[in-house]
Amino acid sequence: MKRYSFSSIFTEAFKDNLGWEKAWTKREPKKEYQIIIVGGGGHGLATAYYLAKNYNITDIAVIEKGWIGGGNTGRNTTIIRSNYLQESSIGIYEKSRFLYETLSQDLNYNIMFSPRGVLMLCQTEHELRAMKRTSHANRINGVDTKMVTPAEVKEIVPIININGPRFPVLGALWQPRGGTARHDAVAWGYARKCSDYGIDIIEQCEVIGVKKKRDKIVGVETTKGNIKAKKVCFVAAGHSSLLADLAGFRLPIESVALQALVSEPIKPMIDCVVMANTVHGYLSQSDKGELVIGGGADGYNNYSQRGSFLHIEETVRALVETFPVISRLRQLRQWGGIVDMTGDRSPIISKTPVDGLYINCGWGTGGFKAIPGSGWATAEMIYNERPGKLASPFSIERFSEGRLIDESAAAAVAH
Amino acid sequence: MLNLFCPTCQRDCDETELSCGGQAHLIRRDHASSDKDFYEYLYERKNDKGIIFERWKHVYGCGKWFHTARCTITNQVFGSYSAKEVQPPKSILAIIRRSRVEFKGWVK
Repeated sequence: MKRYSFSSIFTEAFKDNLGWEKAWTKREPKKEYQIIIVGGGGHGLATAYYLAKNYNITDIAVIEKGWIGGGNTGRNTTIIRSNYLQESSIGIYEKSRFLYETLSQDLNYNIMFSPRGVLMLCQTEHELRAMKRTSHANRINGVDTKMVTPAEVKEIVPIININGPRFPVLGALWQPRGGTARHDAVAWGYARKCSDYGIDIIEQCEVIGVKKKRDKIVGVETTKGNIKAKKVCFVAAGHSSLLADLAGFRLPIESVALQALVSEPIKPMIDCVVMANTVHGYLSQSDKGELVIGGGADGYNNYSQRGSFLHIEETVRALVETFPVISRLRQLRQWGGIVDMTGDRSPIISKTPVDGLYINCGWGTGGFKAIPGSGWATAEMIYNERPGKLASPFSIERFSEGRLIDESAAAAVAH
Repeated sequence: MLNLFCPTCQRDCDETELSCGGQAHLIRRDHASSDKDFYEYLYERKNDKGIIFERWKHVYGCGKWFHTARCTITNQVFGSYSAKEVQPPKSILAIIRRSRVEFKGWVK
């Protein structure tokens, strides 16, 4: 792989930029691999990357139904934060945020990580109390967050309306090390580095069956033929239930559409991420100048990748009240992704009833921020054949054992 | 916006009047059931991509529950039926078969 550097840009500039090679090689499947990762989104690619980087395993195939980064990795609002309430969530999300800090250097790919700060508004007395509790939990676990006053909120975000009238801003939880990154670049950067390690990235290849021999996995059946493997890991977000169905078990997951939108591009007006849980909306500004806006998920299961208009209206209405200055902006694009929701709004990183089959799913509405940490923990689990410290609280068994990791209040907006 | 027929009110209503209650025809378990059965009842869901049967409540209307058949890919609705039914009635299955030849029928 040709390294991206100042000198490579400089020399390519004199060669009409014709010397760049493809970021990753598109491959056809071999007969057999040591490990197959089903799902070529951020989490799947990160899992393959950390298997290669931390454990020197490169006999891996990453199988993707569509194209790399075409699912939820390319459909989110790119927010990175780790201000969760429960210890186990803080562990994995903070690991992830920490890995994001040096990810551009690790991958030799500019993922444009921008720790611009994440502000979570408190607009009711109850929310203020809950956020104070979260900030204490964060401090105990070494996550750098603090509560700020309404005056400080106004200083951080001058365009905000803190006086209400319906929902005045009473304070906020401020995580200065949170921020955003370029979502596609995260997928592309991981894919490029995986390809460089010799991992096969196979696009346009759908898994249509699971091959088992006495409750042990021996391979998968795909639209490009049968592929044998010793270990398989499903990392398919909203479509995890369908894969589990092929393997003969059911998951505690329901899939819904979550949508986001961007406004037309405008000059810089907001230099951090603002989340307003009570009124259901969050906002940041991309480097292109578009306001990136997200809101609530649909109230019923669907795989439409579109979402209902009702929620767009709700989200925009809430944000116009909080930021009156955006009221005349036009919407440029809107899209939806299928998110996999668990009952406690925490992910599943676990072994399954099938021997040799692992699963990473249930990230729901907040998977992007967790990509590096999730890949790290899943790779550790696949290599050791049991979950490590980061992943073990997130096993499927936590539901039957009553060890739920309740994070429904930590979502950007309650879904 | 999703528009569903409430069999109690005998009229169509918007998504904003309704609340979704999830997968229909679950077998309700009680304290005497095994741990496995109770886990299935509480957590395991089919989460199908395609035709599903689900429960809805007309919260900002009559307040009564009803069932619908819907496609989760296109959001096409095949009709509503009473909350008292323990499985999808033949009339609804016939409507689904008319527009989806590949439909194999209801699976528990």
